[in-house]
Amino acid sequence: MSGTNDFVIKFATVNGSGSASANTIFAKTLFRMGIPVSPKNIFPSNIQGLPTWYEVRVSEAGYMARRDGIDLMVAMNPQTYANDVAEVVSGGWLLYDSTMPRLWQRTDITVLGLPIAEICAKIWKDARQRQLFKNMVYVGALTALLDMDVKVLEGVVGDQLKGKEKLLAANMQAVAIGREYAEAHFECPLPIKVRHAEGAKGKIMVTGNEAAGLGAVYAGASVCAWYPITPSTSLAEGFEKHARRFRVTKDGKRNYAIVQAEDELAAIGIAIGGGWNGARSFTATSGPGISLMSEFLGLAYFAEIPVVLYNIQRGGPSTGMPTRTGQPDIISCAYASHGDTKHVLLFPSSPTECFSMSTDAFDLAERLQTPVMVMSDLDIGMNDWMTDPFTWDDNWVADRGKVLSREELEGFAKAKGRPWGRYQDVDGDAIPYRTLPGTHETMGAYFTRGTSHDENARYTEDGTIHARIVDRIRRKFDTAATLVPKPEVNIRDAGSRTGLIYFGATRPAVLEALDYLDRDGFKLNALRLKAFPFTEEVKAFCAAHDRIFVIEQNRDAQMRQLLMVEAEVPQEKLIATLNYDGTPMTADFVRQAVLKQLQPAKAQAAE
Amino acid sequence: MTYITKPLAHHPALPRNALGLTHRDYEGSMSTLCAGCGHDSITAAIIEACYEMDLPAHRIAKLSGIGCSSKTPTYFLGRSHGFNSVHGRMPSVTTGANMANKDLVYIGVSGDGDTASIGLGQFAHAVRRKLNMSYIVMNNGCYGLTKGQFSATNDKNSPSKKGEANPFDAIDLCQMAIQLGAGFVGRSFSGDKKQLIPLIKAAISYKGFAFLDVISPCVTFNNHPTSTKSFDYVRAHNLASENKLDYVEPKEEITVSYAEGETAAVTLHDGSKLLLNKLDGGHDFRDPDEAILTIRRNASKGQVATGLLYVNEAGEDLHDALDTTDRPLNEIPVAELCPGSKALEGVNARFR
Repeated sequence: MSGTNDFVIKFATVNGSGSASANTIFAKTLFRMGIPVSPKNIFPSNIQGLPTWYEVRVSEAGYMARRDGIDLMVAMNPQTYANDVAEVVSGGWLLYDSTMPRLWQRTDITVLGLPIAEICAKIWKDARQRQLFKNMVYVGALTALLDMDVKVLEGVVGDQLKGKEKLLAANMQAVAIGREYAEAHFECPLPIKVRHAEGAKGKIMVTGNEAAGLGAVYAGASVCAWYPITPSTSLAEGFEKHARRFRVTKDGKRNYAIVQAEDELAAIGIAIGGGWNGARSFTATSGPGISLMSEFLGLAYFAEIPVVLYNIQRGGPSTGMPTRTGQPDIISCAYASHGDTKHVLLFPSSPTECFSMSTDAFDLAERLQTPVMVMSDLDIGMNDWMTDPFTWDDNWVADRGKVLSREELEGFAKAKGRPWGRYQDVDGDAIPYRTLPGTHETMGAYFTRGTSHDENARYTEDGTIHARIVDRIRRKFDTAATLVPKPEVNIRDAGSRTGLIYFGATRPAVLEALDYLDRDGFKLNALRLKAFPFTEEVKAFCAAHDRIFVIEQNRDAQMRQLLMVEAEVPQEKLIATLNYDGTPMTADFVRQAVLKQLQPAKAQAAE
Repeated sequence: MTYITKPLAHHPALPRNALGLTHRDYEGSMSTLCAGCGHDSITAAIIEACYEMDLPAHRIAKLSGIGCSSKTPTYFLGRSHGFNSVHGRMPSVTTGANMANKDLVYIGVSGDGDTASIGLGQFAHAVRRKLNMSYIVMNNGCYGLTKGQFSATNDKNSPSKKGEANPFDAIDLCQMAIQLGAGFVGRSFSGDKKQLIPLIKAAISYKGFAFLDVISPCVTFNNHPTSTKSFDYVRAHNLASENKLDYVEPKEEITVSYAEGETAAVTLHDGSKLLLNKLDGGHDFRDPDEAILTIRRNASKGQVATGLLYVNEAGEDLHDALDTTDRPLNEIPVAELCPGSKALEGVNARFR
């Protein structure tokens, strides 16, 4: 599989050594050369000193899933040498700092020794510079080994150093040193190399969290509260970054309010307070935060308050794997809080969708007067993804839902044939009309509460009324099913009774696997879920297929369970296909899992 | 079913305020608390304060947590939006509401369990953020709704109704509020309307975090002779009342006269004034250290220092820190908040 514009390179470095920016420069250079790249940051829960990796898949075909089998390992961390060298595929390459020469046990790979520490010690006196430029020296060596366009690289470095231009020359000097050493000592370029291509043209490279933060700015969010937690932190920071740019009035004041709360309880409380008072309001968190926010989510559900929550999922349970990815919060979010609760979930599968689904989320939250959770994850949220550029329709009008103005409130009884009551289902869609504080001197005031209430928001302990209210709120979920984004259905063979359901970050792996399975002789129809509640299309797809692989990244097949319970799909139809080791899913994993079921013998042979 | 509406009819000669509203227009539904509950007196004081200040009720938002005290917002200001949130979390909901609309008056009602135990963290951080609100704790030293357990403000030497000893020291919320940076801190007693009403008015007029700890005896579970939160005890030990108070409306002339040197006027954000007549030994209420010392000294003698304990007239609030625009955020149309497609081209270019 490996060759020109088709390989995987992995950087093994030490956290806090400055390698992250060098690695980003490497990936961005290939991207600007037009080559599809997919970088994955594999980092520890640590700031300095522990091992960290950066994996870049290069694929002219545009396959952007993580791929196993490292063709070239840039091993810069002696701590992890043993494992790193073992990961290289037979026939692959290992580039390492040979200042201290090592004997490597493998004879089936080519070892490239680059005495980086020695070189840097000669040129730079300052210890920090020696450390930082080491990274650019190996990048320089790679430009020769992989035949990268140095002009493009210089442009990328220049962009990264905006405002610190004097560092550009020193960085490019380090690149030249590495390049010259490689040219003089190695056979350059390697058989795995790069060339200008078209696949990345017109795309952007961005993290899902920044995209979601930007999306919240575009959706008109003006109240944000959050508590730092990996991997969601950069979402609130992304919102702030773009709000600072786009939301400042002529007199320098801010058209947004953001508070770093004291904990997740306060973060969701603030977001709910803002939503109650008519601002588009949100918070961002991850698994442990969801647990803490659950009580408040029940309040917002029952008192019918719009709020948006971005859940950037990570490996659980408990603190779990804070810096590894997963999809383990499907059930805890779908049913968050005690009592009978059910929530609207959206599943973006790329940064582009993190942006566009932000608008959906705020519209749905206000239309339905309920919490809406955007279920991203660490892989989408924190890794740079090559993705379609953001688009915006200037004719878009925000759906602010049923909020009564002063005039509407005064004319309500006449227009609707009955007096206004906060929790009256006037339109038959189970969605009541709400008012905001300060609307009218004598009309529209009501008491919001988490205790049972009647249609006029008055406290009640009457069980009949309670049941009536919770039934209406459940019916609101039926309305939700008609409003949420429809799934992406890909029918490859109209006659096939075998299908596959997936969602979120597994999209690149699944799409690639479907191509391979085609070649294996299996045309699978596929459906990508974009939302919960499940729409009619989901039910129809399940009805039309006898065997459905449900691809997800958690142990308990949570989406499969949800399909069984909420879409009433017979469990024997649904084949759990699960990966939960914290790494982004690979196409090979999906392919093998499917083959195991469809053609056990072939799968065994392939293993 | 415990929602009881009050009859709307009232005597035609009831006095009206500048908005043409009567007292009754500021009331809520019927209280369902125990007869004689101190909380009902505080409710009455809030109604009185808002009526006398001519506040348009629909511009007030009343928020609470969970507990007996947190039920009271139903009993006052029936024309205001109310929010009975979750236990101990009123501060965060109020923070969000205030962020969305800085123009409303926010009255938060909480209890000693709601604030000093489950909500201590949220209380502390709302104070620290200088949220522009009046935070009223109806403090009875016990959990009323769950039948009389000690709360964290119950004094160590004050036993339960059944005679059980309370082994833990009390949390003094006024001291905490001062330490955490509240700009306006007062303590009062539900049985002292004369002191409570001007304090509530001043708290509402104050820009920033105004905190009132109002001792409000629980007639059912904590009003026995040995309790330090009983009516009799507080009446007998409230001799340390720091100041006599008069609230003066922005346009009103000062007519109260005290002997020279005894009176101080605190100017509040809306131009109103709080006149204080310092009693013997009264401390400098602009000095946070003296205020804390006064509370502690009195407490060590078994006395309760009430009145305005501390004020910082240079009131700042959360919106100053956040540098938000003057317009309430919830009034800015989304179309104005959205940067549009042209700006997005620039954003995309940065990610290429």
